[in-house]
Amino acid sequence: MSELIYNHFDREVHPPYISPEYKSTVLRGPTKPLVVIKQSLSELTGPVFGETHLGPLDHDLTKNSVRNGEPLGERIVVHGKVMDENGRPIPHTLIEIWQANSAGRYVHKVDQHDAPIDPNFLGTGRVLTDADGNYRFYTIKPGAYPWGNHYNAWRPNHIHFSLFGPNITTRLVTQMYFPGDPLLQYDPIFLGVPPKGRELLISQFDLSVTEPHFALGYRFDFVLRGNKSTPFETA
Amino acid sequence: MPRQTPSQTVGPYFAYGLTPEQYGYDFKSLVENQLVNPLDEPNAITITGNVYDGEGVIIPDAMIEVWDAHNKLFGRFGTGTDSQNRFVFHAVKPGSVEGQAPHLSVIVFMRGQPIHSYTRLYFADEAAANATDPVLTLVPTERRQTLIARKTSAGYLFDIYMQGEQETVFFEV
Repeated sequence: MSELIYNHFDREVHPPYISPEYKSTVLRGPTKPLVVIKQSLSELTGPVFGETHLGPLDHDLTKNSVRNGEPLGERIVVHGKVMDENGRPIPHTLIEIWQANSAGRYVHKVDQHDAPIDPNFLGTGRVLTDADGNYRFYTIKPGAYPWGNHYNAWRPNHIHFSLFGPNITTRLVTQMYFPGDPLLQYDPIFLGVPPKGRELLISQFDLSVTEPHFALGYRFDFVLRGNKSTPFETA
Repeated sequence: MPRQTPSQTVGPYFAYGLTPEQYGYDFKSLVENQLVNPLDEPNAITITGNVYDGEGVIIPDAMIEVWDAHNKLFGRFGTGTDSQNRFVFHAVKPGSVEGQAPHLSVIVFMRGQPIHSYTRLYFADEAAANATDPVLTLVPTERRQTLIARKTSAGYLFDIYMQGEQETVFFEV
């Protein structure tokens, strides 16, 4: 018999559940060993999203919530490929996007940072990859912002992403950072990622997609868990 | 071979991106907590629960996703809008997938969790099926009840304990 088995999380690059420097992990991460289960169709299926789920401006955060003008800040275009660990592109898969505005303020009601809300920027969007696994969206470069983890704690500029991939084992929520950000070396969320994984979260400036007189380009690829087909049971 | 993109926490501010309508933001939600519409579906059930941290405090900024692989239904809900900070799902009890007892796959996200965790929700009134379920029987007997939603007059109750004596069983899937 032949069956498709998805790789487990690569724990050499993923952050552990608990890293004491990131204080809220201490009471929120599971402490008992995970129970390893054989993947069944419960795990090897998942929700499917398509063009009908997306609004016409979902891929353009600079336009999808304007009220009386354009959002303030540095316009950027972010693109890349979603692939699996074998380098195979993942077509037509959903990417959900959310971020702070250029002043480092989230629209979320809980965010009380004393920085202005931009009436023309909600900071959320969605995009589907194309037939070759490529995606592209426009936004405003997010600002850094303070948080309460420790004295003078600041989050580096980042964009949040949520991806599904082909089934629920490939689910990924992550954050993309920007090259050369001096706050990365102090950020316990970024530093919670093992050293081998950290570079994988930093986008690259990309002149090839930078649009003259319009927007700077950044490239960020996503790699979801891959699979291997096992030709027979190896008990 | 490219390596997996590392996970990062969903953070405290996911709501306007991932659960916007639930939290009252002006952006269309892709998914909601109604896997079925309880007004149209005579077999609809309501599943509620809280998520607790290691000190037994209710977590008000978690996001729970549920996947019914039998009916191909997906739901998502944040714990920040209910008056008791519960998650609430309207679903149907799934049929069996590959001979397993009826269950929902559950994915848990929150600020303070750098990578999401997977668990399963089984049903207390399926005792015979639960007794032979290949996943439940992998779990030490004394921890199995953490995976079984209790039947109440209002539906099913499924609390999630991130830590502590009653720590929910989480899976490597």
